[in-house]
Amino acid sequence: MAQVKTKKSESISTIDREQLLHMYEQMFKIRAFEEQVNELYQSAKMPGLAHLYIGEEAIAVGVCEALNKEDYITSTHRGHGHCLAKGASIDKMFAELLGKDAGYCHGKGGSMHIADQDTGNLGANAIVGGSSGIATGAAFASKRLGNGRVAVCFFGEGALGQGLVYESMNMAQLWKLPVIYVCENNLYNEYTHHSESTAGSMKARAEAFGILTVEVDGQNVREVHETAIKLVEHARKGEGPAFMLCNTYRYHGHHVGDIAREYYRPKEEELKWKNDNDPLKNLSSWLTENGLADAGIFEQIESTVSKEVEEAVNFALNAPFPAPEEVTNHVYA
Amino acid sequence: MSMPNANGREIFFGDAIKEALAEELRRDPTVFMLGEDIAEAGTTFKVLNGLVDEFGKDRILDTPISEPGFTGLAVGAAMTGLRPVVDIMFGDFSGLIMDQVANQAAKIHYMSGGKLKVPMVLRTTMGAGRRSAAQHSQSLHAWYSHIPGLKVVVPSTPYDAKGLMKSAIRDDNPVVILEDKMMYKTVKGYVPEEEYIIPIGVADIKREGSDITLIATSSMVYVALDAAKLLEEVGISAEVVDPRTLVPLDKQTLVESVKKTSRAIIIDEGYEQYGVTAELASVIADEAFYYLDAPVKRMGAMNVPIPFSPALEDLTIPNAKGVFEMAKSLCNK
Repeated sequence: MAQVKTKKSESISTIDREQLLHMYEQMFKIRAFEEQVNELYQSAKMPGLAHLYIGEEAIAVGVCEALNKEDYITSTHRGHGHCLAKGASIDKMFAELLGKDAGYCHGKGGSMHIADQDTGNLGANAIVGGSSGIATGAAFASKRLGNGRVAVCFFGEGALGQGLVYESMNMAQLWKLPVIYVCENNLYNEYTHHSESTAGSMKARAEAFGILTVEVDGQNVREVHETAIKLVEHARKGEGPAFMLCNTYRYHGHHVGDIAREYYRPKEEELKWKNDNDPLKNLSSWLTENGLADAGIFEQIESTVSKEVEEAVNFALNAPFPAPEEVTNHVYA
Repeated sequence: MSMPNANGREIFFGDAIKEALAEELRRDPTVFMLGEDIAEAGTTFKVLNGLVDEFGKDRILDTPISEPGFTGLAVGAAMTGLRPVVDIMFGDFSGLIMDQVANQAAKIHYMSGGKLKVPMVLRTTMGAGRRSAAQHSQSLHAWYSHIPGLKVVVPSTPYDAKGLMKSAIRDDNPVVILEDKMMYKTVKGYVPEEEYIIPIGVADIKREGSDITLIATSSMVYVALDAAKLLEEVGISAEVVDPRTLVPLDKQTLVESVKKTSRAIIIDEGYEQYGVTAELASVIADEAFYYLDAPVKRMGAMNVPIPFSPALEDLTIPNAKGVFEMAKSLCNK
């Protein structure tokens, strides 16, 4: 594994260049996917709505790259990034978002419920905080069955308003379960700044249970990934759960239809994050400054992924809808 | 109360449930129980007394007082290789867990397009008469029966409770079993020594008759049987049909009985408004209308919060005399 010299004193000896480029590719894939989703919505080709992950890509990628395929994740209504980062394929993702039979869930789940047991994805969840019990239960099963798997529970800072999250954390610490609670603080609970909903300190809430708690720059995929590796190791060794607070920003609205947003957040704020603290730019600049990559490499990655996205969306647009008889299938196992 | 039986072992309702759980815990190492005070305390009703001695505290797991949390944990554990049996002390606490049951457990198989399964059992109690007032006396099985994706079991006899519990634990779906807490140590009945199971979704005729059908659930089966005895004295032959499971519902047995007798009363301890009695009455109206000689009548709990005072509480639940009077009037006697 190549040792990478850094300008700052940070240690990234565990992450090599190839892996960083792969993470760039994954982040770009999520962004390109989400931009395409937005287009599908705007051109009225997609039923319903979608909640875009653009701006938060470093978290899903940094964390999921620290996991094995068999490890579990649970996701949220803003879940496309988590699914893709855990290894979902974009054609089946698009097909699901378009309600097609070829989708991950035969079109029955849609944007907010993508699940894929082949990549350990126990499902996105449209109840805020609703999957914290599930992730904790998956960690419970891993420990009980001794299969060494770790569960990651992604949620936004809005979920800190849900009692279930604290009940789950309490049991996880009590029983030393291998679960990592990844809180993506994108500042807004839907259309409300967290300062209007969340008293005290976010970290202190997990710390109260004696859970290992860390705060990271969610726009820095290297930092997210390095931290995730440590927390995953901690969990896998049987040392219990962790809480990872990732500071980030949601570039788009709460969902694709949330266009006029100035009543709850100024445009300048959005621009500042996009221009000064973008996770993709942060990584590409760092790689370039350290002589590990040049513009050509990123162009090549972007062009390959863009082509893949285009093919996938065409596949999904042309795929058939589920047959009517599918409506009563899978109510019961 | 006791079901008539000429020969064989008779045990209490609660002991039959414990026996089913013990047998399944022995048979399948992935089965475990979780809930409040279920280990050394053996539940507040002492139904599980002794299980912890044989199976240990890992498999008879005491939880914090966090019903949503440990129900959610069970959902996740069920999705990832275990077969949890959740103990919710009082059915009245259903409100606390309903998101995990109705939005998570019930829907995950369908939302995931059949990829994920939730093989869990949720045991809880029902039944008034214990002088426990409005938050510890309700029979809320209609709530669960409303949600597609759940199976709902309401056993009336030790024999049924044991056989259905064993089926529920082996089922790949979330199954809710509501046990009348007043029957644990009062209802005794035949339970063979040898192993057996009862399939979910099959009604049972508890008493044959020709003039009127009394469809009754859980403890109301005994109310109906007592009424049938009173009716016999005035020359009316009542058939008592116990659906045993509300979802799936054995419509055929109910409808065939009513076609034979041409009259029906439905007796259930849930609230009468929008309740189980209404659903069953609609089944009779739809499928046996032209065989009816009288309107289908419903008797449920009064539409009031269950009061504390015995003088009031006893008014709220159907009794044998009330069923007798109603049946007599339907038969023009």
